[in-house]
Amino acid sequence: MKIGVMVKNVPDTESKIKLSADRKSIEMQGVKFVMNTYDEFAVEEALQLKEKLGADTTVTVFSLGPERLVETLRTALAMGADAAVHLTDPAFEGGDSIANAKVLAKAAEAEGFDLILGGKQGIDFDSAQTLSAVAEFLGMGQAQVVTDIEVGGDNTSLKVRRRIEGGDEIVDVTLPAIISCEKGLNEPRYASLPGIMKAKKKEIKKLGLSELGLSADEVGAAGSGTQVVGYSPLKERPPVKMLEGGPAEQAKELVRLLREEAKVL
Amino acid sequence: MANDILVFAEVRDGTFKRISAEMISAAKELAKKTGGGVAVAVVGNGVDAVAGEAASYPVDKVYTVKSPNLDTYSTQGYAQALLAVIAEADPAIVLFGATAMGKDLSSRTAAATGAALMTDCTEIDFDDGTLKATRPVYSGKVYAHVEASKEGLKMASIRPNIFPAAEKSGNSAASTDVSVNIDAASIKAKVLEVVASTTGRKDVTEAEIVVSGGRSLKSEENFKILEDLADAIGASVGASRAAVDAGYQPHSRQVGQTGKVVNPKLYIAVGISGAIQHLVGMRTSKVIVAINKDASAPIFQYADYGIDGDLFEVVPILTEEFKKLLGTA
Ligand SMILES: Cc1cc2nc3c(=O)[nH]c(=O)nc-3n(C[C@H](O)[C@H](O)[C@H](O)COP(=O)(O)OP(=O)(O)OC[C@H]3O[C@@H](n4cnc5c(N)ncnc54)[C@H](O)[C@@H]3O)c2cc1C
Ligand SMILES: Nc1ncnc2c1ncn2[C@@H]1O[C@H](COP(=O)(O)O)[C@@H](O)[C@H]1O
Repeated sequence: MKIGVMVKNVPDTESKIKLSADRKSIEMQGVKFVMNTYDEFAVEEALQLKEKLGADTTVTVFSLGPERLVETLRTALAMGADAAVHLTDPAFEGGDSIANAKVLAKAAEAEGFDLILGGKQGIDFDSAQTLSAVAEFLGMGQAQVVTDIEVGGDNTSLKVRRRIEGGDEIVDVTLPAIISCEKGLNEPRYASLPGIMKAKKKEIKKLGLSELGLSADEVGAAGSGTQVVGYSPLKERPPVKMLEGGPAEQAKELVRLLREEAKVL
Repeated sequence: MANDILVFAEVRDGTFKRISAEMISAAKELAKKTGGGVAVAVVGNGVDAVAGEAASYPVDKVYTVKSPNLDTYSTQGYAQALLAVIAEADPAIVLFGATAMGKDLSSRTAAATGAALMTDCTEIDFDDGTLKATRPVYSGKVYAHVEASKEGLKMASIRPNIFPAAEKSGNSAASTDVSVNIDAASIKAKVLEVVASTTGRKDVTEAEIVVSGGRSLKSEENFKILEDLADAIGASVGASRAAVDAGYQPHSRQVGQTGKVVNPKLYIAVGISGAIQHLVGMRTSKVIVAINKDASAPIFQYADYGIDGDLFEVVPILTEEFKKLLGTA
């Protein structure tokens, strides 16, 4: 089975997000970038499938973005991925998720994957859009927010469990398809020391606009339907009102305030 | 008409979900600005009753696509149906709830139509001839202001509980069947079964009130005191990751960055410290109450009302007070 994994390089969850003075951008100095949390589940699942299905299964990771994401590709290689592709070109800059999906789809198309895995959402822009768009561009089936994958039908289909409001859907997926991974699917491994050493020697292929046969007006900011025009900080909450007295008085007062002041009951 | 707003109606188990009534409210606001009307797309199998229900809201038109192959949700089946409605209705903007279904379908159909798409918006407006939205990014640490930057169709999904649900007006809007041949073979991912969660409560993302507990509850059994509180006020029960990791609650109830993002009118955090990864999942809640025995717990910085006390003492008394007030004893 040929497996592709889409991984995104995002600010660590602990990072402080600081706005520039004009609030047009976010200050990225000092921010630590890591592999998107949900993409770790995708890499891990691909590696487990490779272990299960045997040697002719390959895992190729893709990432689109600036030079710093090479670290994330190295991490995936160190975990055990076979090959890594960095999609990079000045023309890709400023793309929204659908413009980025065009590039990712083009890169994946040439490889003829049976299965493409990625995360349920990027914890940077929280869009959860990219992979459905890739699936549409490749004409593949898709299942999002998946917590369990079983391979069936001579490796031609999957039975997956995907999370929806108030329950789960059990979905039969014909390959080739795209699956987005949710927490609970597996426990991502740490890269081993030999893995890290081996990853250092692996080549990371770079592909740009011309290699992919795309034109500059369909990707990046030019190819995007949306544009971020600015940012604003969260609204400050008024200071907390601490309730006085023993448990009985506190409880009574809270109920009164929720009804009379906050008007939520 | 190219200035109409089309709402994708989310239907599950033959019911028109509340989120869709919320989207009708959002659409009415936008339609005032675009000068168009509001239409609703109802997709499924045996959805005549739901389509009738949709038509009883204050909307101008209902489009239905019916097929046995649309019996359960599938991305590709529903995308074909919605694309056919879009072709027929020619709207300026299509609205979805930012739910599992809405997020899945919106990006697929946006890619298919080349539409500009903004997901999980908390504010939306039409101004200077374009769609503008505010959406929380970086796990809710800041808001991004996003605008559609090209001509043509625009789409957005809006977070639950932002707009009030529209009320039925006794209307009976005109209804049009859009016929599409949905070929079963074109649907590569098919739902075999829907397994309802066993908790018997609304999902935390859909509830108007959420009561969440942390590691401090110490056991699955002790969550009973939160269940009782939740029963008294018609709430859903959530949990911190620490409580989920300890096995006290299923992951489907986890609130936070690696769980669910909730936006209820009232969020009660019980014995939760208020780590950033928890806060990003609940801090847009309208009113936040924190109960914690450590007065310096970070959660108090985000709460509207705070009780510095032992949850095992406070919560049962609070439950009784709620029952007295609401007559739910
Ligand atoms: C990548 C990543 C993702 C994460 N995702 C999430 C997520 O989605 N959701 C999430 O919640 N966390 C998440 N976390 C974990 C988060 O950082 C915290 O560890 C977690 O939220 C702590 O849970 P807690 O508040 O229940 O426990 P603790 O931090 O242990 O806090 C327990 C609190 O209970 C109080 N307490 C104890 N006993 C009582 C009592 N009897 N009465 C009243 N108060 C009492 C204590 O004072 C304390 O404030 C994530 C972390 C990482 C690194
Ligand atoms: N720039 C990118 N490079 C590689 N994969 C990406 C990129 N952006 C998004 N993805 C994939 O799409 C998923 C959803 O991301 P998003 O739509 O940005 O929330 C991620 O978890 C990745 O698997």
